Amino acid sequence: MIMFFSSPSDVKNNGHRRFFPYCHIILIPRGVSGHESGGITTFFARRFHHVTDHSCAIIMGSGDSTLSKIPNVEELMEETGFSPAHVVRLYERFQALDKSKKGQLSRKDFESIKELATNPIRDRIIGAFFAQGQEMVDFHTFVRILAHFRPVDKNRPKKANMQEPVNSRTSKLRFAFQLYDQDNDGKISRNELLQVLRTMLEMQVTDEQLESIADRTIQEADLDGDNAISFDEFRKSLEKVNIDHKMSIRFLR
Amino acid sequence: CLCSDPPVVSGLAPQKLAGTRKNLERAWDGIMDESWDLTFAVVKAWFSVVVTFIMLPAMFGVSLGITELYMKILVKTLEQKRLQKQMTQGIIQRDDGSMEQEIGELRRCRPKSLAGGEFTLSDIFYFSRKGIESIVEDEVTQRFSSEELASWNLLTRTNNNFHYISLRLTVIWGLGVAIRYCILLPLRITLAAIGLSWLVIGTTLVGLLPSSRMKNWLSELVHLMCYRICARALSATIHYHNKENKPRKGGICVANHTSPIDVVILANDGCYAMVGQVHGGLMGVLQRSMVKSCPHVWFERSEMKDRHLVTTRLRNHVADKEKLPILIFPEGTCINNTSVMMFKKGSFEIGGRIYPVTIKYDPQFGDAFWNSGKYNMVSYLLRMMTSWAIVCNVWYLPAVERQEGEDAVHFANRVKSAIARQGGLEDLSWDGGLKRAKVKDTYKEQQQKKYSSMIVGEDSSD
Repeated sequence: MIMFFSSPSDVKNNGHRRFFPYCHIILIPRGVSGHESGGITTFFARRFHHVTDHSCAIIMGSGDSTLSKIPNVEELMEETGFSPAHVVRLYERFQALDKSKKGQLSRKDFESIKELATNPIRDRIIGAFFAQGQEMVDFHTFVRILAHFRPVDKNRPKKANMQEPVNSRTSKLRFAFQLYDQDNDGKISRNELLQVLRTMLEMQVTDEQLESIADRTIQEADLDGDNAISFDEFRKSLEKVNIDHKMSIRFLR
Repeated sequence: CLCSDPPVVSGLAPQKLAGTRKNLERAWDGIMDESWDLTFAVVKAWFSVVVTFIMLPAMFGVSLGITELYMKILVKTLEQKRLQKQMTQGIIQRDDGSMEQEIGELRRCRPKSLAGGEFTLSDIFYFSRKGIESIVEDEVTQRFSSEELASWNLLTRTNNNFHYISLRLTVIWGLGVAIRYCILLPLRITLAAIGLSWLVIGTTLVGLLPSSRMKNWLSELVHLMCYRICARALSATIHYHNKENKPRKGGICVANHTSPIDVVILANDGCYAMVGQVHGGLMGVLQRSMVKSCPHVWFERSEMKDRHLVTTRLRNHVADKEKLPILIFPEGTCINNTSVMMFKKGSFEIGGRIYPVTIKYDPQFGDAFWNSGKYNMVSYLLRMMTSWAIVCNVWYLPAVERQEGEDAVHFANRVKSAIARQGGLEDLSWDGGLKRAKVKDTYKEQQQKKYSSMIVGEDSSD
């Protein structure tokens, strides 16, 4: 890890930094990583601010500081609300899944997760990561999708014209809605419902049973009589469900 | 330039040159000879040290206390507070509720208008959450990579999550590298070479004798000595517990598998008949010579596919009460010593008494797990020989037999639970073969079956 201080104008470019006359270089054996690098960065930034008379940008050089390897990591954390420690862990998981070291995940990488193979709707969940026509998922998309499952931030201040946070109740509902609504037309049609039921139940139920279940469900939820479930009808039918608890994963510190 | 000199002088100069050249050559030879002598002397001294202080005591099972001293110093160095780090348990915390419980909770919120089992739109929450949890962290994949340590043990290979601590630590680390690579590694390689050659020579010699009690006794002696030398070659400190349950002749010894070194660990305390595939190269030489002195069970690659043949041969071996107990690793592959994975039922169909054994390595001194996807055998052995030491505990569990009407799978699970409990390992029912193979569809069908019984419930008439 080599730390040196540079002017703020260099902050934007990732990788090119100019030495300042007063640069402090501390050499540390390669292979020792800055796991808690977020903390170290702010620590030094505060201490040395007055010395160099510029706002410091501290870069971790040839060492294994994971956080610095991720491009636009601040933006990602702001958008998704993950802490630096979580992002680092997710990055390590991303790298572990990316066996051929492409920097992106393909469908095959997801399919190689053993535990996921037992999930009946595995393909739909994997499909949620890949946008229309995309064949690869980069780290940002990976984290953004996973952020849907962060617990709801109860104390988030409501700013005007701020985008809906990724892990709000509405966003979670939308994620679930899209698992049903594969053609993205904003409605869950009878056919789409039948398809989902078929993947979840496959050989265990007859076709007639499937159809009667689908009909019953649409009957219950459909309020405007168009024989399909729109997002609002979906939301209404689930208004009493504790979405935050059921659609959240507890991330450890 | 000599050519410009007068002829008289030029006549003399080449001779002088030749003379100087000869002197130089002689001096050079002298130096070379001396350095060869020096090298030989050093090598001789090295060998005598090795033989006297390490090999001979090892062969006779006597300990000179050098290893104990080394371990004490090591433990003291590694116990320093500054090496401690916060335990990373995992990324997420999982709910252990069953499918019925979770989906039931989801449904309770809605007014129930129809009787009997039914489907609700909220059911998908359960599956999607489970799916995302698997994507973030799954139970199975992490078993096929090395365990994370709570505190750094001064080996570069284990410090993925540590940050810089102090200059003093770096110096100690550097010293550690020097000791491990320059002192310990050559020593260990020498010992390993001696041990293996002794195995080949010794067993061949014993194989020349006619069959008799003497031969069996000698063969056991040779095997034990060789394995003891190999254990010293890895600086292995092994604690055996419950020796009264040690496997006896005509039985089957079953243990959890972490690395190829398991064989050395177990064979240090008793003699076993090995089971395995015939290899070529060095392994093949070892196998052929071992089988000369006492019967091991080696299969050709083609024979391995025929399960009936394998079972018959093993059964015949076990039936002969004079033959040594067979050593089998039912997991079929190396797991990282934090859990025990599914035992293949083949070994449990042979019959005979099963002697379960638990092997638990202490990761503080060296990670013994062989990640066969990442390292091949040679680099794995090199890593082993440049670790501080291999420390492990071996527990012999009381013998078990198959009960009346118990099927092999159930029996295997029973033994597996006993082994896992003893070593404090997690008992998983996942197949170790998943390391390389795909998950079978039966797992998915199980989930679907469970879910369908919730939806259709008592309604299903067929």
